[in-house]
Amino acid sequence: MEYFLELFMGGLIRGSIYALIALGYTMVYGIIELINFAHGEIYMIGAFTALIVASVLAVMGVHQLAILAIAMLAAIVYSSAYGFTVEKIAYKPLRHAPRLSPLISAIGMSIFLQNYVLLAQTSDFLPFPSLIPDFKFLEPYSSILRPTELVILLTTGVVMLLLTLLIKFTKIGKAMRATAQDRTMALLVGVNVNQVISITFVIGSALAAIGGVLIASHIGQINFFIGFIAGIKAFTAAVLGGIGSVPGAVLGSFVLGLTESFATGYVSSDYEDVFAFALLVLILIFRPGGLLGKSSTQKV
Amino acid sequence: MKKSHLKKMTVIAVICTWITLGISGAGVAADTIKLGVAGALSGDLASYGLPILKAAKLVVNDVNAKGGILGKKVEIISEDDMCKPEIATNTATKLVSEGVTVVLGHVCSGATKPALDIYKDAHIIAMSASATSPDLTQSGKYPNFFRTIASDDAQAKLEVNFALDTLKLKKIAVLHDKGDYGKGLAEYAKGFIEKSGKGEVVFFEGVTPGAVDYSAVVNKIKRSGAQAIIFGGYHPEASKIVTQMRKDGMKTVFISDDGVKDDTFIKVAGKYAEGVYATGPKDTSSNPMDKAVREEYKKVYGEDVGVFSINGYAAAQALLNAIQKAGSTNYDAIIKALRTDYVETPLGKIKFDDRGDAVGVGFSMYEVKNGKYVELK
Repeated sequence: MEYFLELFMGGLIRGSIYALIALGYTMVYGIIELINFAHGEIYMIGAFTALIVASVLAVMGVHQLAILAIAMLAAIVYSSAYGFTVEKIAYKPLRHAPRLSPLISAIGMSIFLQNYVLLAQTSDFLPFPSLIPDFKFLEPYSSILRPTELVILLTTGVVMLLLTLLIKFTKIGKAMRATAQDRTMALLVGVNVNQVISITFVIGSALAAIGGVLIASHIGQINFFIGFIAGIKAFTAAVLGGIGSVPGAVLGSFVLGLTESFATGYVSSDYEDVFAFALLVLILIFRPGGLLGKSSTQKV
Repeated sequence: MKKSHLKKMTVIAVICTWITLGISGAGVAADTIKLGVAGALSGDLASYGLPILKAAKLVVNDVNAKGGILGKKVEIISEDDMCKPEIATNTATKLVSEGVTVVLGHVCSGATKPALDIYKDAHIIAMSASATSPDLTQSGKYPNFFRTIASDDAQAKLEVNFALDTLKLKKIAVLHDKGDYGKGLAEYAKGFIEKSGKGEVVFFEGVTPGAVDYSAVVNKIKRSGAQAIIFGGYHPEASKIVTQMRKDGMKTVFISDDGVKDDTFIKVAGKYAEGVYATGPKDTSSNPMDKAVREEYKKVYGEDVGVFSINGYAAAQALLNAIQKAGSTNYDAIIKALRTDYVETPLGKIKFDDRGDAVGVGFSMYEVKNGKYVELK
């Protein structure tokens, strides 16, 4: 039973790690139907920013919680700026181009950002400090749930809730939904579509930055390539849950995380990916739109 | 209509100019001896490839300063394969078409294998400073392959003997990263443990490199009751697994290979790296030539040598020396020279056996003590 619980928690944590990244994918897709492959790189840039800021602050002897807050803030600001710029440079000029063009542009951006960080920083793995303090009350359960894991779980929940509220109940949320439904029509009734898309990218990038900081302090190491691998899994999770749907991304991530964890625990870690992707295929056969996605009928 | 015709002509003219330039460029460079250097020069394993290239540059500068070999200057042509087999074939083809005489590389075993077929067809000798897959020499398929590092089964043997005889442990978990190198090593380790009859393999699985979290596999190892883990793979996964284990309060002994015997591992795993065992090339720092190379490297590049720099240096020396001894760039003559003539390198005096393994090169066990790898005698 304890073994089951360990695997279950491990799966949940894996799932919430994927979810933090998947939320950004799904938001952007929901609004402009673009798979933003550069999202994983924004996540990586967030982690690098936090590492640089945290190292400087640690030398200055700032309190640990203050380091976490400032590093997180810096990462959010920096990543958002990157997300905003990437959209303006790589996607906006292609808004009326065939759908394949922005996709290729996104892949190009992803490769560019990876190599930019490789050249500007290093190709080596760098140690990432554990920014999250140790909570005393968790010590007896350390084999099941550690502080960073608790923080990641909670953050995922809170972020998902806030995003849902934002999209459902605020003015910008309404504008987002309008843009998602029909861009031309939204433009005609006075929605500033360009601004809405920019805001979507900024929010998505901010989420990626939060994910980057938390996940990096969980794993304890970063390099320029982390965004790519994590991004692919998060993308899978977003598709599994129904790309474009916010709760779907979280559900998909949990399903993927738990599948991988149980597959490793009860079968073999050799087949971890086999089970994960077999599940994806199965779900897409029976629900082509993903778990919570709407399978869109073609408009004639 | 006429205008577009003109455009086409211009394009053709430009292409023709390029082609001519390309040909004449190659023509001018023909009186050098070209040493190809191939390996991961970018990507996440660049920390293995770049130090080898840098070491090779030192050797070449040295040789050129003394007038080159056979009266010609030596020129390095480096190509990146990112340690990926599918890219390595392109890399190899490119080097062949550039007209290299010999190749120093590749870095990873998985990328070396497909490249060797191409070199074999083109009658080009390749010498790796780091590819340790036993198959490369033992299969007998690659008479054009040599290396200045011992093969993995030697490492696996050392790891198993260390766990069973020195530490006297019985239950061993064998873990790998599903790669050519890691899995190959793990399979050798498993075989040696089973053959010895002194211990049992309680767990044998591969993990997916780059995963965000290894808690499931760590929990499973804990449940298996293993006293030691033998891990075949590279340091990024090793540091994640070791950190996860120690944070979970597991004290299981961790034994790994020269993919982990890298200072980055200690830097990343920090205090959790303490007590980790890893095999690596024998410490040759008592050799004066080794010391000189390390100092020169530091002076030129402003950093310490990488894990395979010394092997890379020796490989470059062995290759160039063999060309000198052979007196020509003839394929068979160079191979004969490599097999018969000893060459003085930082690894000691070496030559190569019939299969291409260097004679007198081996492994030692290292342990992390106070943030440093210390050789165990």
